[in-house]
Amino acid sequence: MYVYDEYDQRIVEDRVKQFRDQTRRYLAGELSGEEYRPLRLQNGLYIQRYAPMLRIAVPYGLLSSRQVRKLAQIARDYDKGYAHISTRQNVQFNWPALEDVPEILAELATVQMHAIQTSGNCIRNTTTDQFAGVARDERVDPRPWCEIIRQWSTFHPEFAHLPRKFKIAVNGSAQDRAAIEVHDIGLEALHNEAGELGFRVSVGGGLGRTPIVGSFINEFLPWRHLLSYLEAILRVYNRYGRRDNKYKARIKILVKALTPEVFAERVHAEWAHLEDGPLTLTDAEVQRVSQHFIDPAYKALDDQDDALAHLDAEHPGFARWRSRNVVAHKKPGYAAVTLSLKPTGAAPGDITDKQLDALADLADRYSFGEVRNSHEQNIILADVEQAQLFTLWGELREAGFATPNVGLLTDVICCPGGDFCSLANAKSIPVAEAIQRRFDDLDYLFDIGDLDLNISGCMNACGHHHVGHIGILGVDKKGQEFYQVSLGGDAGREASLAQILGPSFAQDEMADVIDRIIKVYVENRTEDERFLDTFRRVGIDPFKERVYAANH
Amino acid sequence: MQRIIKDGRIIDETWHTLAKDATLEGMSNCDDLIVPLALWRDHAHALKARDGGLGVWLDADEEIEEIADQLEHFQVIALNFPAFTDGRHSSTAYLLRQRYGYQGEVRAIGDVLRDQLFALRRCGFDAFALREDRDPEDALKAFDDFAEVYQASSDQPLPLFRRRA
Ligand code: SF4
Repeated sequence: MYVYDEYDQRIVEDRVKQFRDQTRRYLAGELSGEEYRPLRLQNGLYIQRYAPMLRIAVPYGLLSSRQVRKLAQIARDYDKGYAHISTRQNVQFNWPALEDVPEILAELATVQMHAIQTSGNCIRNTTTDQFAGVARDERVDPRPWCEIIRQWSTFHPEFAHLPRKFKIAVNGSAQDRAAIEVHDIGLEALHNEAGELGFRVSVGGGLGRTPIVGSFINEFLPWRHLLSYLEAILRVYNRYGRRDNKYKARIKILVKALTPEVFAERVHAEWAHLEDGPLTLTDAEVQRVSQHFIDPAYKALDDQDDALAHLDAEHPGFARWRSRNVVAHKKPGYAAVTLSLKPTGAAPGDITDKQLDALADLADRYSFGEVRNSHEQNIILADVEQAQLFTLWGELREAGFATPNVGLLTDVICCPGGDFCSLANAKSIPVAEAIQRRFDDLDYLFDIGDLDLNISGCMNACGHHHVGHIGILGVDKKGQEFYQVSLGGDAGREASLAQILGPSFAQDEMADVIDRIIKVYVENRTEDERFLDTFRRVGIDPFKERVYAANH
Repeated sequence: MQRIIKDGRIIDETWHTLAKDATLEGMSNCDDLIVPLALWRDHAHALKARDGGLGVWLDADEEIEEIADQLEHFQVIALNFPAFTDGRHSSTAYLLRQRYGYQGEVRAIGDVLRDQLFALRRCGFDAFALREDRDPEDALKAFDDFAEVYQASSDQPLPLFRRRA
């Protein structure tokens, strides 16, 4: 993974000093709450329902074991002993004291971490595929490009106060695990017919109040021009994005208002001035950054299909776990393993300090000392030898990481919701738990198969409910917490937005509602048909009828 | 008298910034004036004929393109921040310096606070009229916030990746 040089380190340390002084001035009354707010937000510090929340950047989800240990220590020393993996691959602490935050940042800087631009109206953490660099279907490793974008966007002086937050995602695989089409900018790295590397560029996708799938405005942008082109898009947005209404301030609204064609023309007119200027990337820089992402010292191994099949037969639990939580690796004899942070009864994405320490250990012993956070709020050991899967499984079970539910109904994506977030209309964690409890029969869960269930506590859609096969949104109904259900969303290639089922439900109805939806699927599916495909084939009506009929 | 930051030092303000609805009526001939864009739009001729210095100021929704071919008439171009969180004029300053090659003073006015100065200077501002309740002396410290930066800027023509040893 990327390792800071003296420049990167200096910038992060200067940031700690700057924020320490800003916080001191705020506490001394020299900065008003209103003036401090954008400053702290640009450092990921929210004032939440019960305490501040600090969001720490995990660039494109990658962490070293040393960083994981530091997070464990921070969870112990400054929080209540746990951390939360966010849907943007970052890490959040829910209970730090405001006065301690400068010190936490100083600790983080010792392991090359920070909280820069994890919130606020600026360019946020660039996200990517959690299987970057190891996926079998990968065409281009997105990580060096994410790092190049990270550096360009860090403290970009012109884009520090955009109309609204701005999110960039990069995908380099056949399958789109980075959900690029629902980002402000989505980049698909690919090779053209001449074998040159470049990017297909989407703009104006996004979730939130007005969910929109992005529009591709450039089918092939040669890699050298990546930064100048991004700069052109951002400049057009910074100047012309709406600032009068925060619900209409995302770039998607501008792209829609202008039409994607006109927006593209503006970008290209701006870019004409920048093309081949100093922002043009150099071979030397791309190589410098790419060197940090070359393959680790893989052994020459063979795939262990027979041995694993044998173990499967002896240990059904192992077989089950392997079928959900283990995916193929580009190197023979290796596999990528997802550690589920979705056991029933724990808030989705939460991880304790002890688990973090255990994780760091496992990473060192099984996976070259690195882990990745996924936007599904799980953690991945990306480079595990197949021959070690069985022993690893045993260790994962002890640490509480082996719930065999990756990609299943109980692998819920869930924002912190009303338990923590001051913007929430409704709680989300108890709904996730009620559903997990209802579907605790593993055979049934496996029979239901691939299903993304996403829950957001409000319109801001941190739980990505619009792109869940089943989406749940907390709404306020005359001061009561209610839930709106939608069906048919998908974040992958052919991204689609979910359709609303109908009037909302009370919290205690939710498990029943999901149960009925699942029954409609099970009764209507053809063999091997996934929930999403059945939905696409039969439409929303059968679901509507069943769910609301049963209500009366 | 208000004091402003210019080229990293504090100096006494010698310019008068006229209100957005100012007219020519009673305008002094010799004072150095920063006039609103609308006044320039309607009375460029009269303003050019004065003896005093001339500057123009743009509100956040006014576009620099409108006067891009008239920049030689202005010693100062002031850009107003109705709120410090309104970043539009960061782009304007960039364009003034990098695209239009403007060499005169680019001044930030309005809700201008210490914690924005470092970034604003990098965009091309060289003068800052801080919000009146703020101490410019204190704000000077902001210019030392960072010793190194990734992007190119007006005082640093190359992005870090072209300078890395
Ligand atoms: S979706 Fe709403 S409730 Fe959930 S974390 Fe985001 S802002 Fe908070």
